[in-house]
Amino acid sequence: MNKNRRSFLKVAGLSVFALSSGATAFSSAAQAMVSPGTYEPAPKELKAKRWAMVIDTRTFRTADDYKAIIEACHAAHNVPDIRSKADGHEDQEIKWIWTDSYKHAFPDDLNEHLADRVKKRPFPLLCNHCTNPPCVRVCPTQATYQLPNGIVTMDYHRCIGCRFCMAGCPYGARSFNFVDPRGYLSDPVPNPEYPTRMIGVVEKCTFCVERLAKGLMPACVEASEGRILFGDLNDPESTVRKALAENYSIRRKPNLGTQPGVYYIV
Amino acid sequence: MYNSKAVIAGIVAFLVICTSPFWANFGSGDYKKPEVVLPKKPECIESAEFMRAEHMQLLNEWRDQALRHDNRQYVSSTGKKWEISLQNTCMKCHNDYEQFCDKCHVTNNVDPYCWTCHILPKGSK
Amino acid sequence: MVEKLLEGSKRYYMWLLFLVVVIAVCFIVYLFQLFEGLGVTGMNRDVSWGLYISQFTYLVGVAASAVMLVLPAYFHHYKKFKIMIIFGEFMAISAVVMCCLFIVVDLGQPQRMANVMLHPTPNSVMFYDMIVLIGYLTLNCIIGWVTLEAERHETQPPKWVLYLAYLSIIWAFSIHTVTAFLYAGIPGRHYWLTAIMAARFLSSAFCSGPAILLLLMLLLRRLTGFNPGKEAIHTLATIITYAMCLNVFFYLLEVFTAFYSNIPGHYDPLVFLFTGYHGVTSWVTPCMWLAVLCTIGCLSILIPPQTRSGKYMPYALGMLVLASWIDKGLGLLIGGFTPNMFESVTLYLPTVRELVVAVGVYAVGALVLSLLWKIALSVKFETGHSDGDLVK
Repeated sequence: MNKNRRSFLKVAGLSVFALSSGATAFSSAAQAMVSPGTYEPAPKELKAKRWAMVIDTRTFRTADDYKAIIEACHAAHNVPDIRSKADGHEDQEIKWIWTDSYKHAFPDDLNEHLADRVKKRPFPLLCNHCTNPPCVRVCPTQATYQLPNGIVTMDYHRCIGCRFCMAGCPYGARSFNFVDPRGYLSDPVPNPEYPTRMIGVVEKCTFCVERLAKGLMPACVEASEGRILFGDLNDPESTVRKALAENYSIRRKPNLGTQPGVYYIV
Repeated sequence: MYNSKAVIAGIVAFLVICTSPFWANFGSGDYKKPEVVLPKKPECIESAEFMRAEHMQLLNEWRDQALRHDNRQYVSSTGKKWEISLQNTCMKCHNDYEQFCDKCHVTNNVDPYCWTCHILPKGSK
Repeated sequence: MVEKLLEGSKRYYMWLLFLVVVIAVCFIVYLFQLFEGLGVTGMNRDVSWGLYISQFTYLVGVAASAVMLVLPAYFHHYKKFKIMIIFGEFMAISAVVMCCLFIVVDLGQPQRMANVMLHPTPNSVMFYDMIVLIGYLTLNCIIGWVTLEAERHETQPPKWVLYLAYLSIIWAFSIHTVTAFLYAGIPGRHYWLTAIMAARFLSSAFCSGPAILLLLMLLLRRLTGFNPGKEAIHTLATIITYAMCLNVFFYLLEVFTAFYSNIPGHYDPLVFLFTGYHGVTSWVTPCMWLAVLCTIGCLSILIPPQTRSGKYMPYALGMLVLASWIDKGLGLLIGGFTPNMFESVTLYLPTVRELVVAVGVYAVGALVLSLLWKIALSVKFETGHSDGDLVK
């Protein structure tokens, strides 16, 4: 190697180093706050150490009983009804909360001779807001993350649509926007205060984190008229803890160690 | 130099293509500052100068604070408190998207895709 | 060495032109997907990964398989492979390029791809997959180029390349292990949740990758007269045979555990793949049986040493590639997602547009491979290293 080439390489190496350290400095500068103001939690925010939901399935008989609840959720979050059009995208639907049979909701717990009232009862399914969420573990961009209060939520701005979380979720709670959701929503959208999503991102139930911030209970809880309870699992005096203490309850696929935050009283 | 004709023609063509935006804009007159229609309310969350220069970074910061840190209230430099929401705070005053947002965005040829998800005051389409 | 690309026969240019046209057409179809969303594919809420990710998985194996030439040559000083190594390394480059493209076309928001680097997340296997793939690509580019340049100047490659080659051997194992971890660490997907996944991936890679390489080398011999050498071919065929036997063995281990333990979650995907599930059969079932037949066919030719590298070898290799592709490029993904999380079946069938995009990615791979191999071949003929039978 001649001298010129060597010195060229030296200079080139040094410049790459300088540029890359400059890039790090730049990216950390981008992380720094630009606003002259400060941030604080919303004043009316409902707070908990670990939010959890208890659904008293005894009080629901048919899938119609859940209709109002599902509609309340899907309207509050502008969830499109992909099945409303027979255009070949039916299997690519979006759902945050829906119902299914006992057999499908609790596949590990099959018992042929289960009481009819349980076997034939519909069960509402939604994101379980696990204590150990596999979706958060596999997400390569932290678009899905867990808040300190146990809620597993999403930043749709950051989602790259790799769908690793959908493979990871053992509860089938996640939906991907295969098509533009606005084509399946009314105009104006059901809730003009809440955004829609765009093609190519994953979405799911967020335990209504935006409603909790305003001091409101989740939309499904509100619409259930007391049949779905929502509260702090770490507070022995909370409604959910009392309901769990007094009734027999089950969770979906408990053997996977995800520790779901949604309990079903059967 | 062999093939000098082709090489020189190639260099000239390359230069013309690279500099074409300058030539294309040469005769099109001076840059005019877009005239935005300001909302009737006199105050924004921060000064107009700051908002003009930094609103994109501020929105990024708002998003991360609200979503990731559960800080959904902004206390401005004057001490006034605002709910963090593009749709429900910003767009409530700046309710004419075409006369406000678009004016500068179109002039400066930037195409933010906020509105593929966030709802414009006039509707979702 | 780049100038070698510009001297070639008319046939060579027609081939390149053909590939470019195919890529252009497929790219237009991809643009539709980009604007309309992944709704143009056959994927759905329950089978949320499909053809793209399965091709990615298969091609990571093809990329890793270059190690089956590099390892004997560098660790065991097996000289007969030296003439072929560069083709293995260049095939690895083209395979990694295809892997990356398959990931990109699978993303819902490819414009935000850089988020993986802007927000590095060490708890996600995808993050490590990105690192190992980029690393492997870089390693093979450097090693391939430097050794080829040294060969052209009829000198020994610099010493540091040797250490990079050692590193690339370990790295090759790591890329496919990490890819297996994408699947094997997910709770609730019974077909994937198995400790032997990485071993299965490696064994299937080490038979299918070299088989593809060998088939292409035979084609090259017919087209250009470049001869990898009789002994090298036989040795590679032996490696392929061992790897395929292991691959079949590992698969049968899965079958044993699933059915002897009699745990429904474990055997359901196998039942679905081979017989259909609760009366629902899919087009995958005949494919799986075809894979079984191909496996038996290829092993009965490859196992006897007399027929291993004889005139039926190309057919055996073809069957092997088909069988391993059905297992890993179709069955693995579809079996992982069916039955779904509710123990029911949502079927998946790739759409025409999805297939076209996949063909486009393969065409890009073929283009990269053609260009790189053109350079390698030119150097081989220029230096007279074009006949493996003459290597002492």
